[in-house]
Amino acid sequence: MDNRTLPYLLLLPATLFLCVFFLYPFALVAWQAFTNEAGFTLEHFRTMADHWKFPIAFWNTMLLALAVVPVQVVLSITMAMMVTRMQRGRDIMLYIWTIPLGISDLAAGIIWLAIFEQTGFLNSMLYGLGVIEQPTNFLSYQNTWVIFIAIALAEIWRATAIMLVILVAGLGLIPKEYDEAAEVFGASRWQRLWKVTLPLLRPSLQTALILRVILAFEVFAVVAALGGTSLPVLMGETYNYQFELQDGHVAAALALVILAISIAFTLFFLRVLRVPKGAQI
Amino acid sequence: MAEIQIRNVAKTFGTYQALHSIDLTIADQEFMVLLGASGCGKTTLLRIIAGLETPSVGEVWIGGRRVDHLPPRERGIAMVFQNYAVFPHLTVFENVAFGLRMAKLDDRLVRERVERTAGLMHIEALLQRYSGQLSGGQRQRVAVARALAMEPDVILMDEPLSNLDALLRLEMRAELKGVLEASNTTTIYVTHDQVEAMSLADRISVMHQGRIVQAAEPVEVYRNPAAHFVGSFIGNPPMNFITARNQGDGKWQVAGQQFTGPSVASETLEFAIRPEDLSLAETGLQANVRVVEPLGAHILVTCDVEGSLFRAVIDSNSRVKAGDVLHIAPEPDRIRWFDPETTLAVA
Repeated sequence: MDNRTLPYLLLLPATLFLCVFFLYPFALVAWQAFTNEAGFTLEHFRTMADHWKFPIAFWNTMLLALAVVPVQVVLSITMAMMVTRMQRGRDIMLYIWTIPLGISDLAAGIIWLAIFEQTGFLNSMLYGLGVIEQPTNFLSYQNTWVIFIAIALAEIWRATAIMLVILVAGLGLIPKEYDEAAEVFGASRWQRLWKVTLPLLRPSLQTALILRVILAFEVFAVVAALGGTSLPVLMGETYNYQFELQDGHVAAALALVILAISIAFTLFFLRVLRVPKGAQI
Repeated sequence: MAEIQIRNVAKTFGTYQALHSIDLTIADQEFMVLLGASGCGKTTLLRIIAGLETPSVGEVWIGGRRVDHLPPRERGIAMVFQNYAVFPHLTVFENVAFGLRMAKLDDRLVRERVERTAGLMHIEALLQRYSGQLSGGQRQRVAVARALAMEPDVILMDEPLSNLDALLRLEMRAELKGVLEASNTTTIYVTHDQVEAMSLADRISVMHQGRIVQAAEPVEVYRNPAAHFVGSFIGNPPMNFITARNQGDGKWQVAGQQFTGPSVASETLEFAIRPEDLSLAETGLQANVRVVEPLGAHILVTCDVEGSLFRAVIDSNSRVKAGDVLHIAPEPDRIRWFDPETTLAVA
């Protein structure tokens, strides 16, 4: 076998798989979004944007990402540093913290529904303690901000671990001499975090953020479980158009919007957390 | 002024005793080398002085101040790490400036100091580069510059040259010596390389299994090893040892020859002599030559003296070949004696 063609030959199955199951459906979706019986059109995007729910869904999605991701960044960095410093039992701790990753997002939504609903744990606890006089429906459409908080909590609980795992791996790559050097040269614990550890962690932070933000824009099952239709998000609307309203064209347009947002944020993080040439570890 | 005193310092890691009650005083502006094989505790001792490790017992004093409970940054020290630890995300300038920025010096002063030390270490041209764009030798220079820029009382160096290739190591060694002498700092330098230790040190502390075996000037350590270990560790090739039997009245029998030695009662002592203090003679220790290695200026002869391995460095004009039987005579005033029980030198 020729040594130069071998690598390509070995890559071929994976490439074919991606072409058939990703690029082809993607092309179909794009085709659906931009055409009708008459040919090329932006009509579906107009239909999507003109619907009263679209701006609400758009901003809900954005706000959720904005509320959830920063909290997760701080949490996952803190947890990662704690785990890295542990002398013993580090693996067990890591396994426990990553348990939520093993649960589907719909299941996660249902777990948190069991806490927040009218007959849920939170109600019985508050009632038992005498804080409230009768069980209340926290997740009603009248106070969507409670729904919002519940969803944010569920998302933080469910998906912080994915960042944690990436950051723990990233921290493991930083030789501890850098931290010691910073300590000897006068940096406080806080300064060491900001001036040395975080900058050196940039590549992992970038990966974790991109992955997490893309997932945040695809939030769906947790919202469906906790909010029903009271808190529309982009992915939920896509689902609605496809299966409730049976309009695959608009659903495709929405899907492309989500993709565009994801790409925009990916490019943003690639740019902002870029590591200059020669400045890698 | 920064005299360093280490008082009764010991360190255990779990059940492993890394350091056994170390007592050592390093004078102001002295260049002290901690020398020993890997695992002897020299780096642990350095890290205790730096504050990166806490002693299990004992005290560390720097410049008349007890520091063992203080964090590194309050000890007035700077350090050069074995792998340099030049921050990859900062330019060379910001690396050298790191400590000064932490000390909140104003910008003009930082610039001045960085430029001055960069000049001293010949890295002016590299100031805007990142560590990933530097060679090992250049990184080494940045690490030293970063330490010098602090104008510290004490500079600690952990095997700073061990990652450089042989030629560069030689060049940096000479340069380090010059720069550190001019800087008036007290220096503690950890190495396993005896040549480095010899050429740099005002005093060498030879460490072995968590203890300081001998702390003395390089020539003294070489000429008068305080213990068998020092003689066998320092010098390349190392000292020769052979058993001597007591004949009474300070006379000792070694391989059929009689030598004058210490008047002690013990049955046997170890007779020790450096390879270069042996010479070919008409009479002397009878040696069966095993290997002859011409080294240019000298010839290294490995031979067998009554079952003990002996090495002799002799004149390059000698025509010696493997299988010859020679007589080698030790220089009388270079003979050293060690107690086989305690391994310590006997006068």
